Amino acid sequence: MTDTADRPGAPAPTPHYVNPAPWDPYVSEKLTAEQEKYYMAGQWKLMWWRFRRHRPAVVSAVFLILMYLSTAISEWIAPYDLHTRHVKYIFAPPQSIHFFHEGEFLGPFVYGFKMERDLDTLQRVYTEDHTKPQPLRFFCRGEPYEFWGAIPGSFHFVCPAEGGTMFLLGTDRLGRDMFSRIVYAARISLTIGVIGIVLSFTLALILGGLAGYYGGWVDMVVQRITEILQSFPHLPLWLALSAALPVTWSPLLIYFGITLILALLDWPGLGRAVRSKLLSLREEDYAMAAQLMGAKPGRIIGRHLLPGFMSHLIASATLSIPSMILAETALSFLGLGLRPPITSWGVLLNEATDINVVAVNWWLMLPVVPVILVILAYQFMGDGMRDAADPYA
Amino acid sequence: MLHYVARRLLLMIPTLFVISALVYVIIDMPPGDCVTSQIDELLSRGDPDALRRADELRTLYGLDQSLVARYFDWVTGIFRWDFGLSCQDTVPVKDLIGERLALTILMESSTIAFIWIVSFIIGVYAATHQYQVGDYVASFIGFVGLAVPNFLLAIVLLYVGKVYFGLSIGGLMDPEFIDKPMSWDKLVSIGQHLIIPVIVIGTSGTAGMIRRLRANLLDELQKQYVTTGRAKGLPPLKLLIKYPLRHAINPFVADIGNLLPEVISGSVIVSVVLSLPTTGPMLLGALKTQDVNLAATFLLFVAVLTVIGMLVSDLLLAMLDPRIRFGATSEK
Repeated sequence: MTDTADRPGAPAPTPHYVNPAPWDPYVSEKLTAEQEKYYMAGQWKLMWWRFRRHRPAVVSAVFLILMYLSTAISEWIAPYDLHTRHVKYIFAPPQSIHFFHEGEFLGPFVYGFKMERDLDTLQRVYTEDHTKPQPLRFFCRGEPYEFWGAIPGSFHFVCPAEGGTMFLLGTDRLGRDMFSRIVYAARISLTIGVIGIVLSFTLALILGGLAGYYGGWVDMVVQRITEILQSFPHLPLWLALSAALPVTWSPLLIYFGITLILALLDWPGLGRAVRSKLLSLREEDYAMAAQLMGAKPGRIIGRHLLPGFMSHLIASATLSIPSMILAETALSFLGLGLRPPITSWGVLLNEATDINVVAVNWWLMLPVVPVILVILAYQFMGDGMRDAADPYA
Repeated sequence: MLHYVARRLLLMIPTLFVISALVYVIIDMPPGDCVTSQIDELLSRGDPDALRRADELRTLYGLDQSLVARYFDWVTGIFRWDFGLSCQDTVPVKDLIGERLALTILMESSTIAFIWIVSFIIGVYAATHQYQVGDYVASFIGFVGLAVPNFLLAIVLLYVGKVYFGLSIGGLMDPEFIDKPMSWDKLVSIGQHLIIPVIVIGTSGTAGMIRRLRANLLDELQKQYVTTGRAKGLPPLKLLIKYPLRHAINPFVADIGNLLPEVISGSVIVSVVLSLPTTGPMLLGALKTQDVNLAATFLLFVAVLTVIGMLVSDLLLAMLDPRIRFGATSEK
């Protein structure tokens, strides 16, 4: 810098001060690190941030994740097997957990039962036997099982004392432990909603996609079908369809049959959403550009149009999972759904059909509790997801 | 307007035909027929005549004919108000369903009236008292109402009624009125027994309705014409009823299309739980025994009820909303 001034013929040094530091032309639009992160974040990241702000939705999501995780290890959680009968303990009431025996701390334990018959009503009357506490065992070897029907094992998180019993939620008419049955039934009840929604989602994408993209007579036919299916009350149709499943089918086939039936009546709502979105999106310039470049319809729909509203679809699909779980519960409750030995919460509730039995053995109604909790959780989570689905709003 | 009604009526006919055919085929689909189980019972008792009797019964019910012929018989019979024979006790279907249909319609229409009245009051209150205690209570009830399925509510109510009040809330009338001709006392008794089922079936519909009415009314209340009216000095109640409420009530009527299928589905399962003498329990029984004529008649009846309900709701909407009446289809 200094030597230029000494050289002959060089322009005279500028009379005002020039900052030698490099100049950033965007200085006025400088973002803080936080803003930068926000503006650079992808669509899914933004949705996640927005979802996280919705407290009830997050709590519900955690609850649901825990529930689904528990279905993976039902064998460890349940102290008994799904089908173990305790002939000596039929319609036994719930055993409550105690900590103090005659003023002395023993850790968690239960008292055994003494059964007598009421000679007037012929009902079994169980009284707690306060002489012998039965301490519970934790991380123990208990009743043997086959993990997911394949690997034999006998590990449980909690087992009754040797020779003792532990019916935390009572037993049913065959002396089967209700708690264990509810734990196992979660496996069926929770998966049926998810499998059903996957089927219905696929149907909706294919049929709604075809209708929305092609229009014309395809659209006409799909529209009429959805109208009829949506206007007709679902439950009577579900009943008719599941009554049509042959009695000779194995319980597993029935399970898939019921899932399919649920999906068959569920897709129209989603299908309509797909159709109307596609109808508006296919007019966009980028869709036209893709078409001019020779992309095939499948690619245009799958690659260019669908990602634009996938988040909405997932949110509304989540909101219809609870109705599927409920439908299965209702069908099984009416005796037209799943059949034993496949056990869902609805199948358990089927035992509570006779009010005279329930009036004496109230714990038969307990499977209602997980049903309501799961449905509430899905509803809150679905609401949160729907709000988060449009992060640019 | 007349043209519109005529077109809607014409469109109903093919829809009902498709539904009736579909339903008939579905019910007939599983192997065996309604005679099979009856005959199995006779066989197990060692009745030597069982097989001959089976053939007799099959001819009587027309089960030896093809599915198409039976469907045709049934459908053409409907126009003569003859729905064929039921497999249970060989009674004509029309003798079995008469009173049940009437009670079902009574129950379902009172449920819809209940939903409307309750959700109207609560919805308007919640919207005009936004973020106050009443609003939160209403929203909470709404959420619970949506989440608790109505048949579970029915079981719990049955239990509570039985254990804590010694009441049996099943049935639709006091036992002494069953099979008696209609009288004032019987009507009163039916009315008393209707209360519980109507509430049980109506909760989820009411919850949804409250949410929608509240949201709509809140949208309208923020608009400028409301501010103008307030600035002019209109009394608040008159302002509310005269302008925003008329706007917000619109989807209320339109929603009957969603409400009706929901109410019908709910009434089927709730009447099974509460053992009401409506169509629900009989439909379930007919489906289980493959009594095709009886079940198909019930389902067709449900379809007719739904379609007519939709038509009524569309007509009401056209009467209420000038934009639809004058055919401004662009605004939807």
